[in-house]
Amino acid sequence: MSTHTEHAINTKVETAKYLATLVVLLILTAITVGASYINFGDGNIVIALAIATVKAIIVGLIFMHLLHDKPVNAVIAVAGFVFLGIFLMFDFIDVGTRTDPQPTNLRAPAPVTAPATTAPAPAADQRKE
Amino acid sequence: MEQQFDTSKIGMWLFLVTEVLTFGGLFAGFGLMQHKYPQEFVAAHEELKRWAGATNTVVLLVSSFTAVMAVLAARTNQGKKCAMYLWTTVGFAGIFMCIKAYEYSVDFSEGLFPGKYYSHHGDLIVGSHGYATFFSFYFMMTGLHGLHVLIGMFLMGWLAIRAKRGEFSDKYYTPVDLVALFWHLVDMIWIYLFPLYYLIT
Repeated sequence: MSTHTEHAINTKVETAKYLATLVVLLILTAITVGASYINFGDGNIVIALAIATVKAIIVGLIFMHLLHDKPVNAVIAVAGFVFLGIFLMFDFIDVGTRTDPQPTNLRAPAPVTAPATTAPAPAADQRKE
Repeated sequence: MEQQFDTSKIGMWLFLVTEVLTFGGLFAGFGLMQHKYPQEFVAAHEELKRWAGATNTVVLLVSSFTAVMAVLAARTNQGKKCAMYLWTTVGFAGIFMCIKAYEYSVDFSEGLFPGKYYSHHGDLIVGSHGYATFFSFYFMMTGLHGLHVLIGMFLMGWLAIRAKRGEFSDKYYTPVDLVALFWHLVDMIWIYLFPLYYLIT
């Protein structure tokens, strides 16, 4: 993508490509804002993140030139996101599979009526006498 | 020269990966806390101004477009055009920061501070740490992102001055290309910040 580029860069074609990319990104933004006003239950967060990921991929491929660049840069970029994915996956497996560790036959705590450490109780009785 | 360009670019991508992982850790923490305080997080996000977040998304996307146009201008030996596009990108970044500053000032006036400084009144779940946790993450992540925007503005201003002097051409435009990559990453991070903070339900 540097001095060895065989064809002369067609500025008009490139500009049109970038403009079209911008329009697509703006439309996706409008969709994500619009979708947030509709209640899909748990689907909302999935839709929002899916659209964000599509936008991020478009930015990476076109604006960051990964589509026409040397593959090594794409390998580095994808590797970064793969490791982030592994990190997030184990995080959410953890919280998603946690259960309340208390046994099912656990009894409610004994009602606290009086301080348990009334050690000199016999002494108090004696005083009454 | 070509090998130098390629090597610089690989280095930049490695740096961008570290940035992805930095923000990834914060996103993970945000996700875990949202799992812990689901109701508080939904209530807290209602305090944010959706129109401001949406406007900032549009502003950053347009600024990404002008940044990539600056690279194109540099590659086609149009130094003045490149400088113009870079200054335009700086301008959009400035608009972004102004909207962010407005949002922060409104938040502060309502007592929406991070952590123990949180002093907002009228929350539904009294005594929950969830609201303050939301705003700790909100200010940490948008603040770190804002710092990146400021660094990007500084770098692009510097490159715009150099571009005007005619330092870049199809033979050498490495700095413009690398700073544009950084700028697109800042945009990409905001693409995720916006739905997660402003649009969660």
